[in-house]
Amino acid sequence: MKQKYLVRSVGSLFGLMIIASQNAWADIQPYNMTEGVTDISKQVFDLHMAIYYICCVIGVLVFGAMAISIFRDRKSKGVTPAEFHESTLLEFIWTALPFVILIGISIPAAKVLIAMEDTSGADMTVKVTGYQWLWRYEYIDHDIDFYSILSTPREEIYNQEPKNDNYLLEVDNELVLPTNRKIRILITSNDVLHAWWVPDLALKKDAIPGYINQVWTVIDKPGIYRGQCAELCGRDHGFMPVVVRALSPEDYDAWVAEQTSQKNIAVIENKQAVLSN
Amino acid sequence: MSTVASEEHHDEHHPSGMMRWITTTNHKDIGTLYLWFSFIMFFIGGFMALIIRTELFQPGMQFVDPQFFNSMTTMHAIIMIFGVVMPAFTGLANWLIPLMIGGTDMALPRMNNWSFWILPFAFAMMLSTLFMDGGGPAGGWTLYPPLSLQTGDALPFVIFSIHFMGMSSIMGAINVVATILNMRAPGMTLMKMPLFVWTWLITAYLLIAVMPVLAGGVTMLLTDKFFGTSFFNAAGGGDPVLFQHIFWFFGHPEVYILILPSFGVISSIIPTFARKPLFGYSSMVYATASIAFLSFIVWAHHMFTVGMPLAGELFFMFATMLIAVPTGVKVFNWICTMWRGAMTFETPMLFSIAFIILFTIGGFSGLMLAITPADFQYHDTYFVVAHFHYVLVPGSIFAIIAAVYYWLPKWTGHMYNEFWGKTHFWLSTIFVNVTFFPMHFVGLAGMPRRIPDYALQFSDYNQIATIGAFGFGFSQLIFLGLVIATIRGGAKATDRVWDGAHGLEWTLSSPPPYHSFTTPPNVEDEWNWFTREHYETVKTRS
Repeated sequence: MKQKYLVRSVGSLFGLMIIASQNAWADIQPYNMTEGVTDISKQVFDLHMAIYYICCVIGVLVFGAMAISIFRDRKSKGVTPAEFHESTLLEFIWTALPFVILIGISIPAAKVLIAMEDTSGADMTVKVTGYQWLWRYEYIDHDIDFYSILSTPREEIYNQEPKNDNYLLEVDNELVLPTNRKIRILITSNDVLHAWWVPDLALKKDAIPGYINQVWTVIDKPGIYRGQCAELCGRDHGFMPVVVRALSPEDYDAWVAEQTSQKNIAVIENKQAVLSN
Repeated sequence: MSTVASEEHHDEHHPSGMMRWITTTNHKDIGTLYLWFSFIMFFIGGFMALIIRTELFQPGMQFVDPQFFNSMTTMHAIIMIFGVVMPAFTGLANWLIPLMIGGTDMALPRMNNWSFWILPFAFAMMLSTLFMDGGGPAGGWTLYPPLSLQTGDALPFVIFSIHFMGMSSIMGAINVVATILNMRAPGMTLMKMPLFVWTWLITAYLLIAVMPVLAGGVTMLLTDKFFGTSFFNAAGGGDPVLFQHIFWFFGHPEVYILILPSFGVISSIIPTFARKPLFGYSSMVYATASIAFLSFIVWAHHMFTVGMPLAGELFFMFATMLIAVPTGVKVFNWICTMWRGAMTFETPMLFSIAFIILFTIGGFSGLMLAITPADFQYHDTYFVVAHFHYVLVPGSIFAIIAAVYYWLPKWTGHMYNEFWGKTHFWLSTIFVNVTFFPMHFVGLAGMPRRIPDYALQFSDYNQIATIGAFGFGFSQLIFLGLVIATIRGGAKATDRVWDGAHGLEWTLSSPPPYHSFTTPPNVEDEWNWFTREHYETVKTRS
């Protein structure tokens, strides 16, 4: 009687934990993976939650069996230990069953992976180059090229001033990208390894000298998306954030026009200055 | 006590004092040296971890320079892997394998001495780099070029010390293989060996296979830095990603080198305290062998983000997921061993149960990491840090601690204090979770690993982790005190120590004679690992 009660209460405790965690994820989103703002990032999030729940179910079964055994099979209760030490059927089942589960999860995972690697048919291309410790962004289709450096003041880092909300996740020049266009991003490095990571876009790729890696994205909604370098790159590895500003296609085109005209003016002024000397 | 009687006929004129330890070729002495060395390095590596956690207690730079922070993370990893877990397992192998297979000593005693005495020099050299121009190595324990080539004067010293550690491991592994294959008592067939011996045999082959690969990789770093080669330098026609392939071809089997002997330890302890034979002995052996084989074909899952071809990513994803199958078999077997047993919960059993639960949690996050598209989000975040600390701290380290509690009465002849053992267990288990569980959350929320400072939203969980780390670190002082107290005195241990214990080591006196089995014990055909009576059978026959 007492045992059954114990078993049931342990079981319902695990059940409650799952339900609680399900509801809790919605509230404390910062402590789970982000769903992101692209179709791919949502698929990645779904995969993450699916494998998480599979692990939860297996965990409840395995730890539940263990808990039953720990509460029931105690020498202090005067039990005589059993003698059995093998069972071909059981061993077959717990070898075969994980195979089935693994195949079940590997098929959707493979589909998402194949979609992630398909960079064909891009509308535009941006080249990202990692340096110790900043990023350089080159818009291949336009004459736009700039560097992006951490803009958090030293005083905040060294605790002389209060830290702002975007502490360590802010830069002087953000990477501006349009929504609803397929963007191809080429990633390389000028010195050591870096990794360009924006969680909301589910994009993380190593920046490797001598290699040009490529990823793609279609951003669903305008906004500012922050990430960081994700491969140890030396002293200031923790101080080279990635900030993406996604604009609607019209705003983006306006931004491009503004950048290129400013640049042309700058070039003309420069030429005039050279000529007048 | 025929073995003790025969010991008295031996000439025991080994030197005393320091020279005894320096010149010893005795497997027990060398095992003790290995274990103490590992224990000391555990506190040094742990101290470095506390420096890391102190800096991470709050956002902002408070205590250390980022470069020093990076060298702390680098050295913490190298010390904990090569200086703590591997020597501790070799120490256990030295102490236990001859006892478990009914041998006198290790097969190659002089090499055994050398393989230990290399280690203090290797680590002294590595620690000395902290005082060199440019500081210690700060490119991560993975030593990825080109960053590792930016290391100052420390680089050649670190590489040389890694060569030393590798040589020591290879010699230790050769000794284990030679001992197991040649020194077994008559009648002890391979499939009658205790699982600790089996897991170590397989581990030893892994070591022999992969340590030379690491040695080759770091030597190429050395020639790139000093002799003008361009193995990993893209500008010279080399390939930085090549190093990662070489490193992880070593690194993944290394992961199993760090865990397989723990499986053996747990497989010894659970049956003793469940008073029931190990469930599925042969499937345990096959599962260990499968894990070892799979470890050679999954290395690139550590580097999914380098930009491999799609086919490669798919292959390594599927192969990695496969590892869940034999690992699952092991966990199910342990639980089935407990099932319908008659359990008591002494300290070794408590640590073993915590091992199964917490290692399984580490296995779950491992399975999540195997899913390549999700791995792109997890990679190089604190989620990975949480994952590998769950399999290494409450995994390997807990198994080592469980082994010490389990065999310490045999080694010293004294029982440890059960109250302090249990106190150590509960503090360790609570604090290890307080330390590492929050790391899952900050990792998923987007905190990269190996950063000395972080964005504000990660503050709460980092504070919790730091508190846990201090709690865990200081709890280990109880363990230190307990071990010293048990060596110096305590209740007298019986030969069998635990009433459910099985195996040849329990047929010897506690402590065992200096030369273990001078006459091979009688392990005849009727000696059966699976029956409860075999202990009495062997005991009366020998």
